[in-house]
Amino acid sequence: MAHLARLARLSVTEDELELFAGQLGEIISAVARVGEVAAADIEPTSHAVPMTNVYRPDVVVPSLPREAVLAGAPSVEDDKFRVPQILTEEA
Amino acid sequence: MSLSYEDVLAKYEPVWGLETHVELGTVSKMFCGCSTEFGAEPNTHTCPVCLGLPGALPVVNEVAIESTIKIGLALNCSIASWCRFARKNYFYPDMPKNYQISQYDEPLCFDGYIDVEVEGQTYRVGIERVHMEEDTGKNTHVGTSGRIHGAEYSLVDFNRAGIPLIEIVTKPVPGCGALAPEVAKAYTAALRDILRALGVSDVRMEQGSLRCDVNTSLNVPGAEWGTRTETKNVNSLRSVERAVRSEMIRQAGLLDAGTRIKQETRHFSETTGDTRPGRSKEEATDYRYFPEPDLVPVAPDAEWIERLRAGLPELPAARRTRIIASLGLTNDEIQQMANAGVVDLVGETVELGAPAAEARNWWQGYVAQKANEREVDAAELPITPAHIARVIALVADGSLSTALGRQAVDGVLETGNDVDVVVAEKGLKVVSDTGALQAAADEAIAANPDVAQKVRDGKVAAVGALVGSVMKATRGQADAAAVRAILLERLGVPE
Repeated sequence: MAHLARLARLSVTEDELELFAGQLGEIISAVARVGEVAAADIEPTSHAVPMTNVYRPDVVVPSLPREAVLAGAPSVEDDKFRVPQILTEEA
Repeated sequence: MSLSYEDVLAKYEPVWGLETHVELGTVSKMFCGCSTEFGAEPNTHTCPVCLGLPGALPVVNEVAIESTIKIGLALNCSIASWCRFARKNYFYPDMPKNYQISQYDEPLCFDGYIDVEVEGQTYRVGIERVHMEEDTGKNTHVGTSGRIHGAEYSLVDFNRAGIPLIEIVTKPVPGCGALAPEVAKAYTAALRDILRALGVSDVRMEQGSLRCDVNTSLNVPGAEWGTRTETKNVNSLRSVERAVRSEMIRQAGLLDAGTRIKQETRHFSETTGDTRPGRSKEEATDYRYFPEPDLVPVAPDAEWIERLRAGLPELPAARRTRIIASLGLTNDEIQQMANAGVVDLVGETVELGAPAAEARNWWQGYVAQKANEREVDAAELPITPAHIARVIALVADGSLSTALGRQAVDGVLETGNDVDVVVAEKGLKVVSDTGALQAAADEAIAANPDVAQKVRDGKVAAVGALVGSVMKATRGQADAAAVRAILLERLGVPE
């Protein structure tokens, strides 16, 4: 649970860890019941629609205006998205 | 003290492998219609799809699929009859979606090989897989160091995010011994040439359209392979060679001291040629790959694959073999050309109609010398087989002397212009008008009476100064031997 929280960059308290671990366990066992009804000859499903080979031609279409793109950014500098420090000195 | 390369090889055997990322040359991105043009203003080539905005639906670029299949076929791979994209989840601000669309356990192409030749020996480099993914945005790290380490903050340009990217992964390559760095370099060069021949990428390493991650490990002979490190972003042929070599030396130093090699990601420094630690390698499961629900599977049928196979151009290895055979050269001569890195250049020049001996002379001689001066490969100079073939033709028909041909080559190297443009602009032309040469000779004699007298007195060697003077007056466009003969005749000195 702590590993998942770290991967998702969520800060979770000890109490919450315990709470979520229980909840996640319930979700996983609920989903696992699908496996009980799926027979061995049924492939795992990743797509609800049985389609393949959906492509677009290699053609340029106009992009969004930059003002619109950057309007949603928390911070902008030099027409780029400004983000916090990525790695510390001894990362 | 670090070990010498010879010390390393006396005790250890290297195993290397490369992961190569290639930006495809499509005009639009992998999953949306934004332009892939290089060098645009920041964040002007983005849309809801490549910005990962909610509700946006990616659709695969058909040309990107075809290019990938062509690469797979050229690398002797099998092509999957059905495969899916996958989400690779990670937190790093170079992808706005917090995942990269990639392929995981179902690559489009798998299990191929290419053969490369180093010092007369052929090495087979296995290809594990060729898969499709999207490129990331470009981060600029702001802070005193200018590097990611210690940067105060970073700026992100998403123009590159979503450009079709192909990852070509080799199998581990053991058995190269001391030549491991050279074989790794030769593999990268062969791959670059294949990609160029296929026309699927412009393969400009300096613009980052071909980037390598170099895996290296060492083991004691007979023992299991050692723990590998991955050196990221090695972006030139020479750097691939240096990265393998420097990792071998570094790891051997640690092993000798009884230190365990840590599996990690390292960064390569172009300036020092060595590596330094980067992010510690996350386990594959940490990326929580799962099938991309927004994209339907790719299922190329046999007819499509065979049509692409039939359309493949002649590949560099076959082309090289055919050209070398047609030149009728000895093995030594071929080896000399290979050492100068001019085999393909000579071959192409001959294909354009130049005699093989002349083509070899120019590429292996004057051009190779210029490449040495600039510390680049001859192939990287802005001069092409078409240029050299034209110079050879002009020398052959007497329009240029060899010396003037060299000036024409200099002009091409400076300007990149066609030979005829250079010749016209520099006014390069052999002066064969005897009257004009006699007049220039008389002027030189009149201007240097002391030298002229020495020659008349029997010091024939002194005529060199007068020849130089005439050559200068005719801007190097006269035949020096003819000038010498005319001067001696005017001075009444027998040859």
